[in-house]
Amino acid sequence: MPLNAFDEMDGLRGSGTESASVREAYAALKTWLETTPPEHFDTRRSQAELFFRRIGITFAVYGDNESTERLIPFDIIPRVLTKPEWGFLERGLKQRVTALNAFLADIYGPQECIKAGIIPGDLVYRNPHYRLEMRDFEVPHNKYVHIAGIDIVRTGEDEFFVLEDNARTPSGVSYMLENREVMLRLFPELFSKHRVSPVEAYPDALLATLRSLAPKTAARDPTVVLLTPGRFNSAFYEHSFLADKLGVELVEASDLFTRDDVVYMRTTEGPRRVDVIYRRIDDDFLDPLVFRPDSVLGVPGLISAYQSGSVTLANAVGTGIADDKAVYSYMPEIVRFFTGEEPILHNVPTWRCREKDALAYVLANLGDLVVKEVNGSGGYGMLVGPHATKREIDEFARKLRHAPDGFIAQPTLSLSTCPTFVASGVAPRHVDLRPFVLSGADDIRIIPGGLTRVALKEGSLVVNSSQGGGTKDTWVLDG
Amino acid sequence: MLSRTADNLYWLSRYSERADFTARLLDAALRLSALPANYGGGDANEWASALASAADVEVFRQHYDSLNEHTVRDFLAFSPHNPSSIRSCIETARENARSVRTALTVEMWEAINEAWLHLRSYEGRDLSREEFARFLDWSKGVSLAFDGSAYRTMLRNDAYWFTRLGVAIERADNTARILDVKYHVLLPETERVGGSLDYFQWTTILREVSALTAYHWVYRESIKPWLVADLLILNREMPRSLANCYEMLVRHLDLIADSYGRRGPSQRLASNLLAQLDGQSIEEIFSTGLHEFIQGFIAENNRLGAAIIDQYLC
Repeated sequence: MPLNAFDEMDGLRGSGTESASVREAYAALKTWLETTPPEHFDTRRSQAELFFRRIGITFAVYGDNESTERLIPFDIIPRVLTKPEWGFLERGLKQRVTALNAFLADIYGPQECIKAGIIPGDLVYRNPHYRLEMRDFEVPHNKYVHIAGIDIVRTGEDEFFVLEDNARTPSGVSYMLENREVMLRLFPELFSKHRVSPVEAYPDALLATLRSLAPKTAARDPTVVLLTPGRFNSAFYEHSFLADKLGVELVEASDLFTRDDVVYMRTTEGPRRVDVIYRRIDDDFLDPLVFRPDSVLGVPGLISAYQSGSVTLANAVGTGIADDKAVYSYMPEIVRFFTGEEPILHNVPTWRCREKDALAYVLANLGDLVVKEVNGSGGYGMLVGPHATKREIDEFARKLRHAPDGFIAQPTLSLSTCPTFVASGVAPRHVDLRPFVLSGADDIRIIPGGLTRVALKEGSLVVNSSQGGGTKDTWVLDG
Repeated sequence: MLSRTADNLYWLSRYSERADFTARLLDAALRLSALPANYGGGDANEWASALASAADVEVFRQHYDSLNEHTVRDFLAFSPHNPSSIRSCIETARENARSVRTALTVEMWEAINEAWLHLRSYEGRDLSREEFARFLDWSKGVSLAFDGSAYRTMLRNDAYWFTRLGVAIERADNTARILDVKYHVLLPETERVGGSLDYFQWTTILREVSALTAYHWVYRESIKPWLVADLLILNREMPRSLANCYEMLVRHLDLIADSYGRRGPSQRLASNLLAQLDGQSIEEIFSTGLHEFIQGFIAENNRLGAAIIDQYLC
């Protein structure tokens, strides 16, 4: 583990000065950790686990036969952000998502950014996430990414980087809400010592966002539904949780049908028109007439209805191109081009293996780099150089040479750490942060907070739940 | 509400009711089989009739070579091949519950989820008669807990009304099936034959619908087959009688129709059938043929089930 990792509680530990002064925002938490009897923590930790089991907040791990329903480990030590830190992130997130929406409207429309040489055309046209169906038709209110989960990592007091822009169907917001719920129940005394910004307004903000996006032709009280692939999906708990909190119907594809380019759901009172679909299924499975004909998940005719403008899909179809990792590397230029401003949030420096010089550099330095598949997600199929064996590196080098276009590489960042309960007591573990950004027709809404993921293995930098990561409550202090 | 949600609630309630019915049938058969042969017990008849009342005999034959206590118990209580076995009912109910969790109250979800978790402890075990009797008690408790939690915790809106429809249709079908299998022991000529053998057959029927005590309260006389039939078919006070089930169906179908502002075929079918039941005496039913009456009823009940599905659930 990099010894010089920035610690959220203790700041930067210099060489040998283990007892560095605690950062102010964490002072009360540190005292709490040091003065509370360990038995008390043990009790509370098992209560937390019981809470999550009873409400059944589980996720499924793909490719794991033994246990298909698992709990994501929850750590009771919160991760804290100060008001100025959050203010900075909030400005950066708004700018970034504004740019993402403008970029998508452009590449599916006039393509000015390609003409101006901001991004190579073939990276767009040959991208599997570029949807020809989306060319030259304006989506309702000209917004594409309505719900974004922007992954942010920290490496120092003032150093934040965007690691990924999740612009398709980002998940995890139910953990943001449930983690806070369990903390409020277990540690009410902590909340009397800290002014923590509430997160419970997220469902209201989401509903307001979705309603604002209804087509202009829709009724004044638009019908919103949440479309799930069904109860076998890994995030089904989150889908039913959100539908419940939003007070909207949780529909499966078979509950919807189209007639004359209008989408209806089958209800006990007959067909009811649907105006906004918060869909938690991938583009490929939306409409068997347009995408995968073998899909039983889709709604035949949905895309035609969408193109006619009678229904809003959130997020829009074809947003995957904006969270493609090769496109990611152009984000600083994209932000400048579309907002006319310098990017507030920085990218992690990225080598595009499709470029000859970059590939040579990456191959020569595989042991120090993180290499990711351009279209991958969830921490699958990536190489973390410093933690890989010689054989893994050699194997990866072969894959890279064979299809360099499919990969990007980044330096191994020394992600910030946060004190975390582990088998041996409390120890620093690497964390990241996923705030959720809502873009409606009217406004951009960001609930102060997000999902903090923590890599529970010592030294590990992979925080994905599918790879053994856990979560923490995220506090944004209000003054 | 979504048709799929209503459909899930309807079937969830049907399966919970069916589990209870199968458990009571097995309980009555277990009791009868414990009697000496000259009281009607000891041969395999009670198991054959339990099987005929509760499941598809053809499916049973595909999986077992002989029909006896052991095979019927296994098929009706635990077999995954029998969609109406207690195990299958609980599993199907839980699957339905999981996909409509937001439409259930926490209490309903916990009742069915805990039953499903507990069911696993019976996996692969050979139960003694005593253990089996305890299993049946537990099964009845599951349906009571589920139905009770629905009654006590659900909002009184269409979601609740669809669960009531599921319970009532299933109950009517179950009671009619018992009558269909056992109608011969209720015919008047058997009374002339008389004897204790028939007495235990009649009490078994009453036990199968939890009505042995009720019978005495209602008629205040010794058990007569035509009164057993009257209780199960026409008595509106008796919760498992056909008349009571139809009263419940008419009431809840009317609530749905009022709330949606539209009546349809299922309202018409249900009120016609209730009027028919009300307009007959048990003597008239016997004189036109009990068996024909029961078969006609089962067909009508199925028609109503299909009409409800057609009108609301798809």
